[in-house]
Amino acid sequence: MQLVINIIVLASIYALIACGYVLIYRVSRVLNLAHGELMMLGAYLVLATASLFSGQPVLALGMAVLLSLVVGVLVYVFLMRKMTGEMVLAAILTTVALGILIRGAVVLIWSASQQYPAQALSVPNPSIAIGGAYISLWSLVLVGMNAAIYAALFGFLRFGRWGIRMRAAGQNPLLAAQRGINLHGVYALAWALSTLTGALAGILMALDSGLTQSMPVIGLKAFPAALVGGLDSLVGALIGALIIAGAEVLLIYYVDPLLSDVVPFLVLIAMLIVRPWGLFGTREELDRV
Amino acid sequence: MFRPQPRASGYFHTGYAQDFALLQTRTERVSLVLFAVALAAFPFVASPFPLDLACQVFLASIGALSLMLLTGYAGQISLGHAGLMAAGAFTTGILARELHAPFWLALPASAMTGIILGFVFGLPSLRLRGLYLAVSTLALHFIVIYLGGEYETKRGFSTGILIDPPSLAGIKLSQRGWYFVLLIAAVLALLVCINLLRSRSGRAWRAIHAKETVAEALGIGIARYKLLAFVISSSMTSVAGCLFAYYRGFVSIEAFDLFLSIQYIAMIIIGGMGSLLGALLGAVFVTLFPYVIERLLHLLPNVQRLAGDVFAVNYAAFGVVMILFLIFEPLGLVGIWRRIQNYFLLWPFKQRPLAGTRK
Repeated sequence: MQLVINIIVLASIYALIACGYVLIYRVSRVLNLAHGELMMLGAYLVLATASLFSGQPVLALGMAVLLSLVVGVLVYVFLMRKMTGEMVLAAILTTVALGILIRGAVVLIWSASQQYPAQALSVPNPSIAIGGAYISLWSLVLVGMNAAIYAALFGFLRFGRWGIRMRAAGQNPLLAAQRGINLHGVYALAWALSTLTGALAGILMALDSGLTQSMPVIGLKAFPAALVGGLDSLVGALIGALIIAGAEVLLIYYVDPLLSDVVPFLVLIAMLIVRPWGLFGTREELDRV
Repeated sequence: MFRPQPRASGYFHTGYAQDFALLQTRTERVSLVLFAVALAAFPFVASPFPLDLACQVFLASIGALSLMLLTGYAGQISLGHAGLMAAGAFTTGILARELHAPFWLALPASAMTGIILGFVFGLPSLRLRGLYLAVSTLALHFIVIYLGGEYETKRGFSTGILIDPPSLAGIKLSQRGWYFVLLIAAVLALLVCINLLRSRSGRAWRAIHAKETVAEALGIGIARYKLLAFVISSSMTSVAGCLFAYYRGFVSIEAFDLFLSIQYIAMIIIGGMGSLLGALLGAVFVTLFPYVIERLLHLLPNVQRLAGDVFAVNYAAFGVVMILFLIFEPLGLVGIWRRIQNYFLLWPFKQRPLAGTRK
């Protein structure tokens, strides 16, 4: 039972992060390797807002989430907009460089030591018993948030006006632009949403277990989840996250705890050999990059 | 793109031997001799610290050259070069530690590991392109690092493996000796690269880079040459890793994290894609960059506050520089160098003649 809960929590973490990769990739064919760092930045923003709005945790959290939305837009406007139409490698490397920049900046502003946003906000983190197994409050919130985010994203992409524009821009940017869709607006929206979901994951994880410099590694480990499911499929990200999390938890439990960092990448390699476009991805994707 | 650089004027080839010559003009020969003399004299005038920096630059040059061969010429992206370097270093470490293998055995063994791993790293490239290939090399990097870490913990070297300094023909190498060994290794790597690129395989790689379908139609064995690029590049990187291990006398997986891979890619980006000179310039730039930043920090007034965070300043500054190069100077340092050259070549005019400008 505890194993199942562990798998669900880890899968929710991966899924919430992976949907950020999927959103940006699906709309603009850019792989955002700074996603883990943006996620960490979102969590650190809570520390900033916590000192501003002390005693009002809900307001502080809301502000942090809003700020991360702004960060996403800024990243697009000042950085990635210049990379539209460039080589794949150049765009990936720009995100890598951004990630390095954020890592350095975060240490300079908030120092390298471990932080506890939950204490800064003075919110508790009790354990809740479900059928003989335990789950912490914030992990439970994370699982619920993940479900809510995915439901919202599905609805938005299916029925929302901007959601349909995003899908159109992802399918064929030239035609979409011809039909009067503002591509820069759509791309900026994709970056904003992706940073928002990433930051949510980062914030909830930080509230649960504290905040260290190693958070981007978790962001990177969520990438295989996105790819296993298919880089352009949200359903895929959900399923992929479940597969990766399942494999990781079970292998750690039954084989070797040291495997933790490498399992997602082993699954990734296996997937790339068997079915590189992922479980739910479209096959044409391979030739478009 | 691969048009030869314009010569000043008055140099005409009258035979094939002249076409093959590496150095074609007297200016080139003279400047090379001067440069060689400067390099040879450097260790006798420099203090140990610049000497150590120079050695690091040579090691980085080998890695950057091999990555340039793979990414800049053959067009195969690798985000896992630190993994290959780690493989070379660990092969050396394990051989030296467990079997007390001499230098002359560890070096080829590292190269062999590189060849095998290059084959493994290269296999995904037969099916995948661009982003997917980059991701697969990234994954392999993590796997290599994991295996190294596993070895370290299982054998009880959790902080790293110590390696005895090598004895070449009974002589212990001094810092100055290391300088020359690494210089020779870097020059050899450069010569191998230059000559590979002038040969059949170099032309095949460029064709594959330009357009795979056309290259295949021209009768180039895509799979063979892609794998060859990976194998050569990774064996060179592994040798660099082996030299690194001996030079430091210490191997640990912490030295080969993802940041090192990124640094190597930054070298070829900042130096300038598709140019061996670019790889060298990038290696110099990226290796010296943190030390320059540290120097600059000491010039600032409030040093005390930043002193503990030098590495963070480094990270941030490195990210900024990389972004600036990617956005404003995609051709890298070589692009700047070429522009300066052209300025003098074309003087008093500003532009090339229109007829010659195709791209």
